[in-house]
Amino acid sequence: MFKNLKIFLHQGKQFIPDVRTAKAPGVFRGRPVISTEAVDEKAFADTCPSGAIGTSPVSIDLGKCLFCGECERCFPNKVHFTDDTHLATNVRERLIIREGEDKPIEVDKDAVRPEIRGIFSRSLKLRQVSAGGDASCEAELNATGNVQFDLGRYGIEFAASPRHADGVLITGPISANMAKALELTYEACPEPRIVVLDGTDAISGGMFAGSPDLDRSFLDNHQVDLYIPGNPAHPLTVINGILDLTRK
Amino acid sequence: MDNKVLNIKNGSCVKVSEIPVLSYDCFRATTLELMSDKARHCSSYFAYPCAEGLRLMMCIADDTAHDIKVFACDVNKGDSLVSAAKDCLALERYEREIHENWGLEFEEHPWYKPVRDFMPGKYKFFEMEGEELHEVGVGPVHAGVIEPGHFRFICNGEDVLHLEIQLGWQHRGVEHLMLSKKRTIERVLLAEGIAGDTSVSHSTAFAGVWEALCGIQPDKSVLWARTLAAELERMANHTGDLGAICGDVAYQLGAAVYGRLRTPIVNFSQRWCGNRLGKGNVRPAYAPYAFTEELRQQLLSDLKAYERDFLEMSDKIQHFPGVLSRLDRTGIVTTEQAESIGAVGMAAKCAGVCRDTRASHPYGVYGTMDIKPVVKDTGDVLARTELRIDEVKQSLAIVRTLLEDMPAFNTQVRPMGEPMADCFAISLTEGWRGEICHCAVTDADGELAAYKIKDPSFHNWMALALAVRGNEISDFPICNKSFNLSYCGHDL
Repeated sequence: MFKNLKIFLHQGKQFIPDVRTAKAPGVFRGRPVISTEAVDEKAFADTCPSGAIGTSPVSIDLGKCLFCGECERCFPNKVHFTDDTHLATNVRERLIIREGEDKPIEVDKDAVRPEIRGIFSRSLKLRQVSAGGDASCEAELNATGNVQFDLGRYGIEFAASPRHADGVLITGPISANMAKALELTYEACPEPRIVVLDGTDAISGGMFAGSPDLDRSFLDNHQVDLYIPGNPAHPLTVINGILDLTRK
Repeated sequence: MDNKVLNIKNGSCVKVSEIPVLSYDCFRATTLELMSDKARHCSSYFAYPCAEGLRLMMCIADDTAHDIKVFACDVNKGDSLVSAAKDCLALERYEREIHENWGLEFEEHPWYKPVRDFMPGKYKFFEMEGEELHEVGVGPVHAGVIEPGHFRFICNGEDVLHLEIQLGWQHRGVEHLMLSKKRTIERVLLAEGIAGDTSVSHSTAFAGVWEALCGIQPDKSVLWARTLAAELERMANHTGDLGAICGDVAYQLGAAVYGRLRTPIVNFSQRWCGNRLGKGNVRPAYAPYAFTEELRQQLLSDLKAYERDFLEMSDKIQHFPGVLSRLDRTGIVTTEQAESIGAVGMAAKCAGVCRDTRASHPYGVYGTMDIKPVVKDTGDVLARTELRIDEVKQSLAIVRTLLEDMPAFNTQVRPMGEPMADCFAISLTEGWRGEICHCAVTDADGELAAYKIKDPSFHNWMALALAVRGNEISDFPICNKSFNLSYCGHDL
């Protein structure tokens, strides 16, 4: 008992007081800023292993970017990854960053379904489905629940059963073997329900895009309410993304 | 024996023509003879297309001779072969995998069930008859935030008689993509994604294979950085697992403290390479992120704070009956079982089998460090818990030793050239779960003809299935957590 209390006291204050404005420590490869400097666009695009770089105008699609930093290393004057962790949005096109742009990525409030802000703004339970996820996004989701990030303070939690959930949060590129289980899990959630894609693999398939062992047809049939880029997505990106989606 | 096998060291590259090609009878007999020695285990066994038929490639690691015995066998597509697994259980999953990927038949195989390609909903699980028995199916979607897999229990009341584990849900086609993606940066990113919680050790294994194929010896600073990153990865994962184990026995203080102690380790990784899980920190031939004096001071102070709280918490759970009563003598894997299924890493070391690549087949700068593997002999959940605590202490010591002798860094990309033609390369690393093995074979043009990945979970899932027999089904979560095996690393 006393030992427990001693340990308890030794922890000090661990929680991050304001997750909305908290910064990731040290270097964090977050939202990129692309300068207007003229470069060989094809050579620049070719540095990207996952085909995230587009040309004329030069752009980086964060839905495909694996944040490996290869483009910044090869073209340090052309692109710089800032420490901005706020990367999530509900509009897929907003993940495409064009050269010369330096503005925050935001949720388009007008495009959010009215029931999300009406019903889920104070309490949201999500069923997480890993469908080919590599366990890094899953590890970071678990970290959102630790005493530092403490996602639960916002009334947001991961539910054990889809019957208790308000939607699914998908990690991984959606392997063919998980396609049916994902569909069944989604169908088991009561309506209204939301779909969140966590991590670049979920948004575009990442390095696995085009593999015959994937089946991404779920995304053709259901509307996605939130895209959270990252490899894996940082807990701050996840929490702020969900808050931006659900809070007025 | 000498003319039947080629003895090579970890991280080496040989001409394919140097590898002895045996008849299947001889191949099988040689395999069984080598595997009869407990100091040896199968690190990889795979098939790849060669000329008109298939070539079987066997890689058996010898922990006392510190080398890897490699030999091959040419067979025709559609051949039916006498199973070696019927006499050596450790090979059973390899044979099933070869059957599934290439259509070879293995006669008298002990349990010919699918490895990954099981057509969800169609596969018929193992059944037992009995009025008292009932089945419990769990997954693929589990209650927690973890990866998918299906567990089928056959229980007598509360007791588990049998557990069948069906994996494959996570299959993404990594090995296929390794061949179809042609650039090194693409392949290294694939390697990081094999198991994202082990990205450092898997990308180190990839880099080892690639450097061997290209004939490059990386600088000491590169090896030093990989070793440091791998130990930080081990500490972070072990700490997180300890928190999860406490959570599963409803000891909230432990869950909270270990949960938050993982943070300074992963945050340090981010300070160093920009990614909390070490993705991006390992590239073939060079170290992309310099380790500076400022980082050194940061890490030393982070570790000092971490160690104080880690030791205090660990001392508490190791003397707290509320926790110990759930861990002690739960989920036992015996030494015989661990040896027979070819367990590696934690699953082996907790059952008295000393198998640690860092000591037996050293790579990076481990060769200069005299690593003494932590070994426990009770094989239960408590052993796997205490092993993590002891390995974290060991990693702390390794990291501090590394920090005393910090090399100068050159983060310039080093040109690699092309992989040599008609070669075979192998690279073993000790991920936090155990031995990782990557093998590559190149064709006459220097293109990859085969790339084989083996995650330690490939061996160790069977250990979990054996561990829960005779336990209450309510102890399954704690057993599962004590192994914390990789689904995606197995499913590839």
